[in-house]
Amino acid sequence: MHENFDFSVTDRILADHKCAQQLIIAILQDIQEHYRYLPREVFPYLAEKLDMSEARIYSVATFYENFSLEPKGKYVIKICDGTACHVRHSLPILERFRQELGLSENKHTTDDLNFTVETVSCLGACGLAPVIMVNDDVYSAMTPEKASELIKKLKEELANA
Amino acid sequence: MANKEFITVDGIPVPIEGEANLLEVIRKAGIKLPTFCYHSELSVYGACRMCMVENEWGGLDAACSTPPRAGMKIKTNTERLRRYRRNILELIIANHCNDCTTCKNNLRCKLQDLAMRYNIDGVRFPNTSGNARPKDESSDSISMDPSKCILCGDCVRVCHEVQNVGAIDFAFRGSKMSISTAFGKPLAESPCVGCGQCVAICPTGALVVKNHITPVWKAVDNPELKTTVQIAPAVRVAVGKELGVRDGENVMGKIVAALRLMGFDEVYDTSLSADLTVMEESAEFLERLEKGENLPLITSCCPGWIKYCENKHPELLSNVSSCKSPMQMFAALLKDRAKKNGEKMFHVAIMPCTAKKSEATREEFATDGCPDVDAVITTNGLIRMIKESGIMFDDLEPEAVDMPFGTISGAGVIFGVTGGVTEAVLRRVAATKTRAALLSVANKGQRGMEGIKEFDLEYGEKTLRIAVVSGLANAEKVIKRVKSGEHFDFIEVMACPGGCINGAGQPYIMHEERCERVKGLYEADRLLSVRCSDDNPVISELYENVIGDRAHELLHVHYKKK
Repeated sequence: MHENFDFSVTDRILADHKCAQQLIIAILQDIQEHYRYLPREVFPYLAEKLDMSEARIYSVATFYENFSLEPKGKYVIKICDGTACHVRHSLPILERFRQELGLSENKHTTDDLNFTVETVSCLGACGLAPVIMVNDDVYSAMTPEKASELIKKLKEELANA
Repeated sequence: MANKEFITVDGIPVPIEGEANLLEVIRKAGIKLPTFCYHSELSVYGACRMCMVENEWGGLDAACSTPPRAGMKIKTNTERLRRYRRNILELIIANHCNDCTTCKNNLRCKLQDLAMRYNIDGVRFPNTSGNARPKDESSDSISMDPSKCILCGDCVRVCHEVQNVGAIDFAFRGSKMSISTAFGKPLAESPCVGCGQCVAICPTGALVVKNHITPVWKAVDNPELKTTVQIAPAVRVAVGKELGVRDGENVMGKIVAALRLMGFDEVYDTSLSADLTVMEESAEFLERLEKGENLPLITSCCPGWIKYCENKHPELLSNVSSCKSPMQMFAALLKDRAKKNGEKMFHVAIMPCTAKKSEATREEFATDGCPDVDAVITTNGLIRMIKESGIMFDDLEPEAVDMPFGTISGAGVIFGVTGGVTEAVLRRVAATKTRAALLSVANKGQRGMEGIKEFDLEYGEKTLRIAVVSGLANAEKVIKRVKSGEHFDFIEVMACPGGCINGAGQPYIMHEERCERVKGLYEADRLLSVRCSDDNPVISELYENVIGDRAHELLHVHYKKK
C-alpha cells in the first residue's frame, strides 16, 4: 500500500456510497471529480474496502472512456468530433489546439498539467457546431483562430491566478 | 408423469427436467452444440454466440442464456446457423495467432476442433493478432499469450467465481479489449496463486502451463547427475485417456516403468512423504489441541492455498500447519541424502498441479541457494515425455518404486482427493485400527465431491469440528466464518475443486470423470496392505535413522508475512 497517499478523500467518498460494491462506477466518478483522474493508489485500496478484485475495478475504469488513469490538466478541452462538428471542420481546430500546446494523438496533457486536449464523440449541441468545451464552459462555432485566442486567454488566466 | 413438459429439438420431443437453460436440454438430447464461453460450473456469459439456435419464428436465440419453456420448437442445425457459426469462427481466427503446430496447446484446442467441425478452409479477413500485447512469461506456473485469446472470459470467471482470486479481468473495450491483470502488471506481481484453473478451462493456447521438460531431459542425459523422480498420488489415475487406458485407472506401475525406460535413476512415490506429512501434522494438531492454541489448524499441502492465504489472510498464517508439502518433504530428504553421500542429484517432481512449479522456486525450499526440487513436471508434461520417448504405454509391464522409500500407505495415496488429508489424519489419531474402525473413519463426512464438507468428530472427551473445503471461493466462505468467530478445530483446504485429481496439470475433465479418478484413488488405497501412515515400516525406519531430531529442519517451514 502507498503510505504517502492520503486516503481521507477516498474514505469520505466510500462512506457516501456506504462501501457498496455495486456503486463502483459512482465511486470512481466521485474520485475522478476530486483528483481530475483516477490515481493508481486508490485501486488496491478500493479493492480491499469493497471486497472486489483490483483487476475488476481496473476493468470498469478502462471500459468507460470518461475515466482517466492519467492526471489531467486544469483546463480540460473537449473537442467535439461528432458528425455535425466533423463536417464543419472540427479537425483543424483540434490540430490547432495540439499545435499551440505541443500535444499529439498520444500525448493529451501538457507536462505542467495545465491543459488536456481530447476529442469526444458528440456533445449534443450540433446546432452550435463546431463546438468545444473547456471544463464546464461551452464555446460554439469555433475556428482555429478562435482556438489560438482562447489558449492565450486561458494562459493569461493562469498567470493571473 | 402426466404433467411433464417438453420442447422440440430438431423435431424430437425432449423433456425439461429442471435444466437452467436450453443448451443443457439440447445436450441431453445428444446434440453437441458448439460453445466457447459456456461452462456448466460457471455463470452464463453468452458472448461467443456459437450456441445459437433457430426458433419456430425464424429468430435466433443463444441456447446458453435462454431458459427452456414448454412447447418451444427449435432447430440446431440449419444452413443459416452453420453459416453464422462459420462466420464467427472466421472472425475469431482472424484475430488469433495461428501457429498451431508449435502451440503448446496443439491438438487440445477447442478452436482447432471447431474449425475442423465447421469446415473452415480459409479466412476472408486480414489477421490482426499481431496487435495483441506481448506474451507474459513472468509467472513460474502459467504463461499468457494474448495473441491467442478469443475473449470468451472463461478464465476470468473461473478466477473470480471458483477461486475468488480475481487476478485477471477484461480490460478496455471493443477492438482493444484484452484479458489483463490490474494495470497490465505481470502475472507474477498480481494476486495470481498459480492454481492454473484458468489454463485448464482456456479453450485455446492463450493460457498454458509453463513447460520445464527440456532441463529434465538434459539432466537425464547427463551421466554425472543422479536423477530422482517422485510421482504425486493424483497422477496415477489421470494419465490414462491420452495414453490409451481408461481415465481413473491406477497406472502407477506403468508410470514407474516408463520413467525407468526414459532413464531416471530412482523412482519414488510422493505418497510416502504424504505419510510423513500425516505424522507431523497429526502431532502438530494434537499438540495445538492440548494447548488450545492456533486452532483451527489449517492444512498446508496445497501451494495454491498457501499463496492465497499469504495474499488475502496473512494473519491466518499462524493457523496454517508448519508442515512442508509432501513434495518438499520428499525433496528435502533426498537432497539431504545426496549431500551426505556427496552425490550430484537432479530431483524431478511429477505433479497434477501448476502451483507446485511456483512452490518449488520459493526461497524457503532451497538449500544453499539450490532448490530442493529442480523441476516440476505436470501430468500433461509427463504424458508428453512418454509420447516423445516413443514408449508404448499400454504395453508396459508395471514395476514397483525404488527402495528404501518403497512402502507406501493408503493414507498417503488418498492425499490426491479432497478429504484425503483429513481422512489420513483421522486414521492416524484413531484409537484402534481394525477394519471396522477404518470403515467407520471413512464415513465421517470427509469424502465426496462437495466443495464444503463439515462434520463433528468425537475424540476422547472432546467433540472436534472439522471442515474440508476445495475450491478457493469455498475456502473463503469458511475463512470468513472463522474470522467472524465460528469455531473449527481442523480445516483441510485444497485450491482445486475436488482436490488434486482435478489439478490444472492433469488432462482436463468434467465432473463425472472426476468421480472416476476419485474411485481409482480409493481403490488403490483399499488394495494396499498398509492403510495408516503410522503402520508404514519405512516411516518408523526414517524417523529412527534419517530424520532423528532434525524433523524441524527437514519437514517444517514457516511462511512469513510479507
